[in-house]
Amino acid sequence: MPTTKTKRPARLPFNPQSLPGPETITRRELSNGIVALIYENNTSPSVVVDADLRAGSLWESRAQAGLAGFATAALMRGTERNTFSEIYEAIESVGASLGMSGGTHTSGFYGKSLAEDLSLLLGLAADALRQPTFPADQVERLRGELLTRLGIRANNTRARAEEAFYEAAYPGHPYAVDEDGYPETIQAITRDDLAAFHRRHFGPRGMILTVVGAVRASEVLELVERCFGDWANPQQPPEPALPPVMPPPAAVVRRVVLPGKIQSDVVLGAPGPARRHPQFLAARLANNILGVFGMGGRIGYHVREKGGMAYYAATALDGGLGPGPWRAYAGVNPKNVDKAVDLMRREIRKFTTRKVTAEELEDNKANFLGRLPFGLETNEGLAGNVGSLELYQLGLDYLQRYPSMIQAITRDEIQAVAREFLSADNYVLAVAGPE
Amino acid sequence: MPPAKPKVTKTRLSNGLTVLLKEVHTAPLISFWLWYRVGSRNELPGQTGISHWVEHMMFKGTRRYPGEVAERAIARDGGIYNAMTWIDWTAYFETMPADKIDFALRMEAERMGRALFPPKEVASERTVIISERQGRENSPSFRLAEEVQAAAFRVHSYHHEVIGDMADLETMTRDDLYGHYRQYYAPNNAIAVVVGDFKTGEMLARIKTLFGGYRPKARPARRPRPEPEQKGERRVTLGGEGETAYLEVVYHVPNAAHPDFYPLVALDSILAGATALNMFGGGTSNKSSRLYRALVETGLAASVSGGLSPTLDPFLYSIFCTVRQGQTPAAVEQALDVEIERIRQEPVSAQELAKAVKQARALFAYGAESVTNQGYWLGHTELFDTYRWFDSYLDRLGAVAPADVQRVAQRYLPRTNRTVGHFVPEARANGAGSPPPAAAGDEDLA
Repeated sequence: MPTTKTKRPARLPFNPQSLPGPETITRRELSNGIVALIYENNTSPSVVVDADLRAGSLWESRAQAGLAGFATAALMRGTERNTFSEIYEAIESVGASLGMSGGTHTSGFYGKSLAEDLSLLLGLAADALRQPTFPADQVERLRGELLTRLGIRANNTRARAEEAFYEAAYPGHPYAVDEDGYPETIQAITRDDLAAFHRRHFGPRGMILTVVGAVRASEVLELVERCFGDWANPQQPPEPALPPVMPPPAAVVRRVVLPGKIQSDVVLGAPGPARRHPQFLAARLANNILGVFGMGGRIGYHVREKGGMAYYAATALDGGLGPGPWRAYAGVNPKNVDKAVDLMRREIRKFTTRKVTAEELEDNKANFLGRLPFGLETNEGLAGNVGSLELYQLGLDYLQRYPSMIQAITRDEIQAVAREFLSADNYVLAVAGPE
Repeated sequence: MPPAKPKVTKTRLSNGLTVLLKEVHTAPLISFWLWYRVGSRNELPGQTGISHWVEHMMFKGTRRYPGEVAERAIARDGGIYNAMTWIDWTAYFETMPADKIDFALRMEAERMGRALFPPKEVASERTVIISERQGRENSPSFRLAEEVQAAAFRVHSYHHEVIGDMADLETMTRDDLYGHYRQYYAPNNAIAVVVGDFKTGEMLARIKTLFGGYRPKARPARRPRPEPEQKGERRVTLGGEGETAYLEVVYHVPNAAHPDFYPLVALDSILAGATALNMFGGGTSNKSSRLYRALVETGLAASVSGGLSPTLDPFLYSIFCTVRQGQTPAAVEQALDVEIERIRQEPVSAQELAKAVKQARALFAYGAESVTNQGYWLGHTELFDTYRWFDSYLDRLGAVAPADVQRVAQRYLPRTNRTVGHFVPEARANGAGSPPPAAAGDEDLA
């Protein structure tokens, strides 16, 4: 990537102590294990709630793939207090949104409303989590919608390439199984399975509830206590142990043919570091250099800007509670698949054998520090950041320490973490397209 | 409580550049937007997609600000930097830490008249844009929407998609692109918007210094050709891969500045849920809307959405349905007809209208959280009417009465004013086999 000669060290455009931290984030642990985090932000009269619960697809069997997601989606289809129609009439009448979604390690809800409607939002969320009724007709309707969605995904090149990538990168691991399930598993799950999964797995232990917006922390705490304070589930099981994840032993290639498609999607990479990995920030900075900075970092530059081969070409590092993937991806014309793969491998080889330049490192550090205020501008951004302090046990002062941690990362650390996870010879490649 | 509503300062420089400034001091950020009054609306056959391609070429830079240098400078400061082309406009924006925004101003001032369009870069961008189009063609819903829009507009240039037709993407030349740029990129065809942490007087002086040197250009004489009134229903049926069927129904409706636009916003909210007018910010679901109840709760569709866009010339109100497995577009269409007839025959309730207003108020609050979205709104509304459209939106929506909604339903939703599109998967049309196994991914239902 061409660069100019000027070089200046990354300078902080803000005072780290002004970022959300122990002084401004209210953290309260309820007696049942729920951790509530509240951050007051008065820039707009709205509020965001974001919650993670320790239930997800890790707790389901392969034969019932999709059960956790199905159960979570069904929580708002009717409760002991309200019907489906009443729930959504209440939410939408005030222009609010509230959605439940399943994941692998966690499931949760996310909602947004005018600040004046927070009690409505939390009350409905508590009803859905604590007293869902899984009405049979609603379960069938939801099943039909899930099957339709699986049909759309089966026909989507990006989704099919990702699915094939996960299967090959995580053999024998729960990550190899799609958390949305498969038509035959979604067909077979019964209403009683959903109710049983909910009864056993949904509970307050490990739950993190983040509230950000034009609210008072003391009032929110009272509300949270009222909605969730007496929730208990003694049978809630701990997270199952995950099998170890191995780097790909060789080049593992999967091709998915979808006749009638015009473009192919390519995914190339390997399992990456979990969020708690000691070198996670170095990996994130490495990923930025390799495939994010500007229009897709080095890979974007060579595949899109110089090669003219793709509208999107970049890399992604997932992290998370477990070892999510680190991969490059691009959408290219079928005749350019091999060329794009060669370029990706060439850039990974360069990246793992030669250190990044001092200039690249400074540019990318500046980028990380400069964009921090953007992530903290809206209630959504704040809620996501504040919630992850708790989820990943980073500490309430993490955002304030973040600038100095970024500034301390060295070229050697970037290279070392890239070599630990990426290889130009041993990787998983998945391609989905017309041929 | 939130601070009092900051005021907007509107100025027109002597060279015709419209400038809108709004101070917001809640975060040390500034969003700068530059809007040009050119989009696919201004394109003729043979050059469809040219406005979007010109937008891509602007990222290749000028002599003083080569593409990679600008990209790097903005990324170094953590800025957000992008552009978009739509039927009526092309917009460029940078949101940056307040003390860094001057770079964006200087770069946009350069790009207004000194972009280079090197032939080599034109060649490499041609295949990038073709790849962008092919990526969209991978999705049956794009192919259906493109066909339906083309059928709805026989004369007006809203006929073609912003991305352009493949025939033109393969044949347009560097000189075509450069000519389009020279014709439409001029101060008197642009709107500059700044929202964020600055002082109005200083910012205005800076914009005058940087943009004041450009001379105005004669506006292109050609005006888009008005679409004749549609006198009968049009229908499009499309086949293709996959296992999912789609239905889209579109009606011709007036432009944003027309008084009927507000009753149509209320109608859309009641039928299909509030459409978020924010480019950045939250929305709401539509599970209590009439069409969700009639189409999704009955098991006919997996999802339904309505689309009403504020535009310069009369455009479309669209209803898009993902048909549930085992159902047909025809069955969904039949149930949709019943609801359309109902809103034409019976007045909506005061309660439904009040809900539409409250939804709009909430969506406005969400959109106001980011300076980037505020910049988007000011420029966008100034382009199709005036920025005051934004200020008066909630009041004018609040003034809509049930009789107004019924009147616009009768006026704009007759069958003769619509185009209906069905996408029917060929596997299903031929009665063939079972669906392929499912996959991961992140595509939404609609």
